[in-house]
Amino acid sequence: MTEISRIPATSIKSDERMKKVSVLTSLMRRPELGAVAGLLMVVTFFFFTADASMFSLSGLMTILAPASQLGILAIAASMLMIGGEFDLSIGSMVAFAGLIFGGLLVNFGQPLWIAILFTLLFAAVLGAVNGQIVIRTRLPSFIVTLAFLFILRGLTLVGLKWATGGSTQLRGISEAVGDTSIASLFSGLAFQGFFAWLAENDLIEKFDNGVPKVAGVPVSVVWFVGLAGVATWVLLRTRVGNWIFAVGGDANAARNSGVPVDRVKTGLFALTACAAALVAIITVLDAGSTDARRGFQKEFEAIIAAVIGGSLLTGGYGSAIGAFFGAIIFGLVSIGLTYTKFDSDWFQVFLGSMLLLAVLFNNFIRRKVTGER
Amino acid sequence: MADMKSNSAAPIIEAKDIVKHYGSVIALSGISMKVLQGEVLCLLGDNGAGKSTLIKTLSGVVKPSGGELLVDGKPVTFSSPRDALDAGIATVYQDLAMIPLMSVTRNFFMGREPRKGIPPFRYIDFKHCDAVTREEMHKIGIDVRDPNQAVGTLSGGERQCVAIARAVYFGAKVLILDEPTSALGVAQTSMVLKYINHVQQKGLGVIFITHNVRHAFAVGNRFTILNRGKTLGTYAKSEISIDELQNMMAGGKELQALSNELGGTI
Repeated sequence: MTEISRIPATSIKSDERMKKVSVLTSLMRRPELGAVAGLLMVVTFFFFTADASMFSLSGLMTILAPASQLGILAIAASMLMIGGEFDLSIGSMVAFAGLIFGGLLVNFGQPLWIAILFTLLFAAVLGAVNGQIVIRTRLPSFIVTLAFLFILRGLTLVGLKWATGGSTQLRGISEAVGDTSIASLFSGLAFQGFFAWLAENDLIEKFDNGVPKVAGVPVSVVWFVGLAGVATWVLLRTRVGNWIFAVGGDANAARNSGVPVDRVKTGLFALTACAAALVAIITVLDAGSTDARRGFQKEFEAIIAAVIGGSLLTGGYGSAIGAFFGAIIFGLVSIGLTYTKFDSDWFQVFLGSMLLLAVLFNNFIRRKVTGER
Repeated sequence: MADMKSNSAAPIIEAKDIVKHYGSVIALSGISMKVLQGEVLCLLGDNGAGKSTLIKTLSGVVKPSGGELLVDGKPVTFSSPRDALDAGIATVYQDLAMIPLMSVTRNFFMGREPRKGIPPFRYIDFKHCDAVTREEMHKIGIDVRDPNQAVGTLSGGERQCVAIARAVYFGAKVLILDEPTSALGVAQTSMVLKYINHVQQKGLGVIFITHNVRHAFAVGNRFTILNRGKTLGTYAKSEISIDELQNMMAGGKELQALSNELGGTI
């Protein structure tokens, strides 16, 4: 029966108009292609203009440390963008989570692990609230989270003054943390033993007393790489990943196919807020204090990194690994200019141009992918 | 009301006196209809007749304000599209069937991804998915060279066929097609109509919503005409002609007058 009623060959689209899928085409389908190309461009640029020390191990670490903090936000932001929503409140969330975290440690004298757990939980709830408002009111997430950008930033100021008796900086966090092994998961350097071994065997530069010049990798970099890996796996290989693409591509079609759209979106908002809280915990522990300007404008930087990484502003398309490269490009440009003769005031010009280029490129790619003509 | 002659089997899906109010607006005021195995029931009606509301009720998108829904003779209530899907009722929406930016495979398995591995490390078995997609596409005569190509690269007719194939693959008993041909050209329309015919022969029940009487007549066994939230009647193909159907659908006289004015071209 299947044979008989099969649609005749004339309407089959196996015709000569369809070229075989070339390697180039399948490469073009990868959303992160633009970011990789951008990275190559930026590296080439600095290779010829910057001081050689930029590409030394210590130079690399100087770039990776801020890139990784932004990257953690950018990876989460890119997942949320693929899911079709924005969160403009993540920068303020970093500050607010920093306040909660610092307050728990200093003002309430809680142990570190409770402070970390509670901060993450609190952020997740706030993120979910964000998401629920967006879903229930059907307002654009742009507006709802813009409101939270101000609300959370304002609350941070109010809270900090309350917690410190009038100051906008909460100190004494290092003292409150004390010496616990949990702290090393969120601050300081990782792989110190390995770097010491490398120095011993003269594989990396060391000081005269045998101590390596670069003692380890900042912990935030480890989180950054780990999260990029997990997020990529989730997006490309799991059911939840398929759902994220689906809700961002067309929420109605996804809902009609049985995808729990509201749960996916709420989860993404919670995840983004948690990423902000993680960055807050890492940076607050490193600095030993928290202040009202923490995470300032990070929401824009994260979105820029995600867009450079190939995420479409309209949702449904993008990649976490792209955001990973986007954040590295961001770090390269922001730190790299200090290694060149250019004034670092050029940074924003450079950044804006990168963004514009990335959006143009993404637009072109999207049309290619969907076969729009 | 002319109902069927000899088919004694229980209908796969039956709606009894379905009522739906949106605030003070009555969208459906007591609709009854049923679909038997292996038949195509065409739901005809002009804009605002209540077609979409009826589909949404059957597919679990909205809850009816009153009336009863029976699947295989048993009363059911759906609280989400998922429930309807699980009961074997699959709906293919006119333009909301597929996500253009996603690959054919990802679309095909959307919402029903088969997984491998141990929780929480379960992952989609893409090798299997790609193979199934390629095979199912081949069955319906669409040669997908690369199941990873985006659905956006397929034509409108192909997209409808993929959506139908997906529903069939996942064991739908009843297929609700919401104006699958309204945006398609002639060749693509015949491609979709042929496929509807194929699905019917496989023993599925099909509810085919359209306002094109010709398309309906090409594949339908019975025709239910909706007007202003009510059924005007259900007719077997042998009992009614295309013209009568057309007139009933448009509410009769006015259209007849207009048609005469325009030289009988409507």
